[in-house]
Amino acid sequence: MLKIATTLKTALRALRRNPLRSTLTTLGIIIGIAAVIAMVQIGEGSSAAIKKTIADMGANELIILPGQAASSGVSFGEGSSVTLTSADASAIERECPSVSSVAPVVNGRMQVVRGSLNWVPQFLVGTTPTYLKIRNWSLAEGRAFGTEEVDGANQVCILGATDVKELFPSGKPLDKTILVNHVPLRVIGVLSQKGANMMGMDQDDIIVMPWTTMKYRVSGTALQNQNQSAAGTASTFSTDQLYPETSQNLYPVPSATQQQDFPQPVSFPNVNAILVSVSSGAEIPQATAEVVALLRQRHHLRRGQPNDFNIRNMTEISNALGHTSQLMTNLLTGVALISLMVGGVGIMNIMLVSVTERTREIGLRMAIGARPADILSQFILEAIVLCLFGGALGILFGQGLSSAVKVALHWPIELSVPAMVASVVVSVVVGLIFGYYPAWKASRLDPIEALRYE
Amino acid sequence: MELIKVDNIVKTYHLGNSDVQVLKGVSLRILPGEMVALMGASGSGKTTLMNILGCLDRPTSGQYLFDGQEISRMSVNKRAMVRNGKIGFVFQNFNLLARTSALENVLLPTTYAEDGLSAGKHRQRAMELLDQVGLGDRMDHEPSQLSGGQQQRVAIARALVNNPRLLLADEPTGNLDSHTSEEVLRMFQQLNAQKGITILLVTHDATVAGHSTRIIHIRDGLIADGNPQVQTVVAKPQML
Repeated sequence: MLKIATTLKTALRALRRNPLRSTLTTLGIIIGIAAVIAMVQIGEGSSAAIKKTIADMGANELIILPGQAASSGVSFGEGSSVTLTSADASAIERECPSVSSVAPVVNGRMQVVRGSLNWVPQFLVGTTPTYLKIRNWSLAEGRAFGTEEVDGANQVCILGATDVKELFPSGKPLDKTILVNHVPLRVIGVLSQKGANMMGMDQDDIIVMPWTTMKYRVSGTALQNQNQSAAGTASTFSTDQLYPETSQNLYPVPSATQQQDFPQPVSFPNVNAILVSVSSGAEIPQATAEVVALLRQRHHLRRGQPNDFNIRNMTEISNALGHTSQLMTNLLTGVALISLMVGGVGIMNIMLVSVTERTREIGLRMAIGARPADILSQFILEAIVLCLFGGALGILFGQGLSSAVKVALHWPIELSVPAMVASVVVSVVVGLIFGYYPAWKASRLDPIEALRYE
Repeated sequence: MELIKVDNIVKTYHLGNSDVQVLKGVSLRILPGEMVALMGASGSGKTTLMNILGCLDRPTSGQYLFDGQEISRMSVNKRAMVRNGKIGFVFQNFNLLARTSALENVLLPTTYAEDGLSAGKHRQRAMELLDQVGLGDRMDHEPSQLSGGQQQRVAIARALVNNPRLLLADEPTGNLDSHTSEEVLRMFQQLNAQKGITILLVTHDATVAGHSTRIIHIRDGLIADGNPQVQTVVAKPQML
């Protein structure tokens, strides 16, 4: 240990004797490391920005759909059975640790009327306030509905940009009332513009309202137009409670015999889908497993019985994301290696010059008792110290460069500690590799020849 | 016991296809406390013999005992340790490290020393030695700020820092004017007389050689005269 300390001191002293040359020698390393740090930081910034964009598109989402119903061997397709409930949604939120937020979704397709204008929005969504959070969707004006408004099935809604354009050509939709399937809803907010999704569908053509409103007031039936097996399922569930005096006398109350003869299908508080967001794409498999286990338990499925629900994720998108950032990292690593190689060759070149120039010094050191190993370690340490010094300066310059880019061009940058650590390690390795040959040459000198060298 | 005991040393160099025999069977003895001059014209094999005596080179054949140790079959590393601990070198062109203070120059051999002394002890000894050679007030000066005589005195201090048994001076006055030469030679005589350090002066200059107690002449790779074999009585060095 002491030996290394003395050798290090000797190396430092030798470098200090020629500060200008030492600095110029490391210039290659300084530029190399600075370029790497700046590029990694800018690259990670853009990578994070890309990740965010892709996450906005739903890369970190799971969509849980009810399973398929079948009758006499005829399958009615996905979503045709009535198995998912809003209670499932709350249970997932409560019990699955990998899941960050959950929103049940009830959707439909109905005519919307406002004054003399009418429109059929692409997406008519009943959900909870978390829906907007999961979809990373902010409001352009107004406010979102709250949990109380979901519980009370309040007649409120939020409009997408396209619907504002169609229904309120003059703007100012807030606090106005629209009719959705003849049910009046007050507009309390307007969504910010999102554009088309990956399939080219206009995402802004949307009306969002509490799922209770959608289910019990607006659509009035459970999956009437989708579920052929449950056709005729009348909505008798909640309007009674909401409008006790109006709905009493619409139809004669069936007698007990009538009820037995014509059993009313029960209307479940079922939902069309449950939207689940996961904190990062990497946790999707974990979250999927948790959700599957929980739902199987809640739906009392026995071992071997197939799931009565389906889970979809955006594997393709998250794979694309993974490939993109992998490509980015590889590219940067390649550039880093090349620039560091150039820097290393510079170090080797100058170290060779230095060895030739200091032949007499080497001869003297050997004459007064330096062993070849001492000379070897001295010159290798000199090269490593040079590279470390260059690496440290390079980190500073790179940091400055990326900050300048951030200030001047407003590019996103992300501080990368691993890149800095790697730069230091790489500097040492470069010093070791490119310092070895000159040092070996120095250690092989014959002291007699070296002392006589002019 | 002799400090240096050389028996029938031969050194052959290979130049192309021909072998050149530079030393053709040299034998000599040097006792501790002697101050010996090794004289010879250029090409006489003087430098080759000096390199072997200084443990920088190994003879092709023959035996060399230095302080009781057989040098001719020693490894590179072991010889480096002998040079570090037991031999001090003074060169014609001083060979001080440029842009390095006098003190740091004197301390250079301690970097490789394995005497187990602390850095502080080394430093103290280096300062004492610089004081002794009369440069106590110039420890921070770099070689370029010192005169030739002063530089050679720094080199002498450096040669002495590890308490060597032998001081090997290769034309130590070759780059100095006659006045400073005289000073440096007197310093050698003092070191020899007062500290009993064995000194081997390698020179072609009879005036320089005259400062020693014994002169060994070498000519064409052989000892010419100077009673090199056994010197039983060591002459008292002449004090000036």
